Amino acid sequence: MNDLLQISKKIRISVVESLTAAGSGHLGGSLGMADIFTILYFNTLNHNPKNPDWSERDRLILSIGHIAPVLYASLAHSGYFPVEDLVTLRKLGSKLQGHPCKDSELPGIEVSSGSLGQGLSISVGLALAAKMDKKDWKTYCILGDGELQEGSVWEAAMSAAHHKLNKLIAIVDRNNCQIDGKTKDVMELEPLSEKWKAFGWNVIECDGNNLEQLLKVFNELIPVNNKPSVLIAKTKMGKGIKSIEDDYHWHGKVPSKENMKEFILELNS
Amino acid sequence: MDDFRNKGNKPTKTGFGEGLAFAGEIVKELVCLGADITASVGMNYFSEKFPDRFISLGIAEQNCAAVAAGLALAGKIPVFSTYGVFAAQRATDQIRVSICYNKLHVIIGGAHAGISVGPDGATHQALEDIATMRVLPNMTVLSPCDATQTRLAIIAAIRELNGPVYIRFGREPVPDFTTDDQDFTVGKAQLLKGGEDLTIIACGHMVWEAIRAAEILETENIRAAVINMHTIKPIHKEAIIGAAQHTGAILTAEEHQVIGGLGGAVAEVLGQYFPVPLEMVGMQDCFGESGKPEELMKKYGLDAFGIVRSAMKLIERKENI
Repeated sequence: MNDLLQISKKIRISVVESLTAAGSGHLGGSLGMADIFTILYFNTLNHNPKNPDWSERDRLILSIGHIAPVLYASLAHSGYFPVEDLVTLRKLGSKLQGHPCKDSELPGIEVSSGSLGQGLSISVGLALAAKMDKKDWKTYCILGDGELQEGSVWEAAMSAAHHKLNKLIAIVDRNNCQIDGKTKDVMELEPLSEKWKAFGWNVIECDGNNLEQLLKVFNELIPVNNKPSVLIAKTKMGKGIKSIEDDYHWHGKVPSKENMKEFILELNS
Repeated sequence: MDDFRNKGNKPTKTGFGEGLAFAGEIVKELVCLGADITASVGMNYFSEKFPDRFISLGIAEQNCAAVAAGLALAGKIPVFSTYGVFAAQRATDQIRVSICYNKLHVIIGGAHAGISVGPDGATHQALEDIATMRVLPNMTVLSPCDATQTRLAIIAAIRELNGPVYIRFGREPVPDFTTDDQDFTVGKAQLLKGGEDLTIIACGHMVWEAIRAAEILETENIRAAVINMHTIKPIHKEAIIGAAQHTGAILTAEEHQVIGGLGGAVAEVLGQYFPVPLEMVGMQDCFGESGKPEELMKKYGLDAFGIVRSAMKLIERKENI
């Protein structure tokens, strides 16, 4: 557990450093999801950083492409590419595009994403292919809560249940924040668990920033009843830095150089 | 001129369906995605033969397009088809980001292309699909001229191409006049008839009308060449430039808006490389309406006579230069 905690710290620090170097990007959501990425890349996913195209690997689809910094940091710390490359984020000629780009050939990127509401459909396609070919690999899809306002997400949800894709696991980053404010003020999503249940999904709720709880949830997540599963992970935007936690203004904001020093100091403490 | 014999009227969607069923035997990765109108787009030829490789996704085009992307990522060759209006426009962002940006080998079948869909009216007549699809990077756009060519085109899209493809076809039975052994190569226009005075560049159903128009023009001593531009993108530039150099006047004919369609694509080439007088037969920036197919084709000038009228105007312009 201590190892995972240390990894999550490293990932958070890399997120802060890369976004400071970039001068633009999305800090809040990237920090909020650092614990889930830690568990996925360092515990749950069946993957091989030395062979990113291994055909039997689990697939991770980041539907919310804007939290690319936490994906990049997780991939780098897993060994897909050098950690030093992280500071090239969003720079001309970098493989670390503002939103993930498959064509950039950055190792570990499964698909380009950034236009919301498409990742779950792509994941359904992957899971359908695995099912047709009787493969064991799983498909994980990371969704934002604000993203669930896109109607196409629910088209995808309906189709996943219809085709009984029990090796598909969606993870909703439930941080209650989006650019214009709190989700409840912008466009109410509740009752969220009931919505997924009504669409035929197995629903699990958990604290998305509690490594111990996450480890238990992912380790015990057994495909049930031929249903796809969704984990509604309650997270805090900006988690790890007290002064910005839960503040939606930090959805699309980056630290100044001054901020960076303070933030890293706090993350290290 | 070469003789073009109509082997009998047949909808181009049937060619699409037959091509899928044929390719399914050879290409095991081929999967088809249905959006509730499977038989209506000709996909039943495949779904009945290969039920295990047919996936029903309901009336949800956006999901369908991105599910196809996911299947392609996992090594499948997915074909999804619905009416062209919905395939190309309801799911444009999914096609742009999930399919084209990822350079995935997904084939999108745009059925009920053109105004010849008839009585259903404007909502169901795909008249902007070429424009929205050809503007997307990495996309190939095909508009074959008859059922035989549609069959060859879908087979080529599955077996020979490796990126996103949009192929449009119609519902109405139309003359099936090309041969099984024709030289069909994606990106290579077919010169169907030689001529000195103007060149008609047509696609889809309008190719047959262009041949008929050329016959009518011949009685007026006007010799029109006819080119079948079955691939709208990548457009065969050399064929267009060569035609402009040879005949000095170009007429395009399509069952689509001239803005952004074949007319627009040809104008882009002529404007950049060899400007000559150009007339564009097609929908002139307006919606369609209900009616019998032949009534609509006549009303909007999308038949041999419409092409002849535009050809006369074009010849006059050419002579006044």
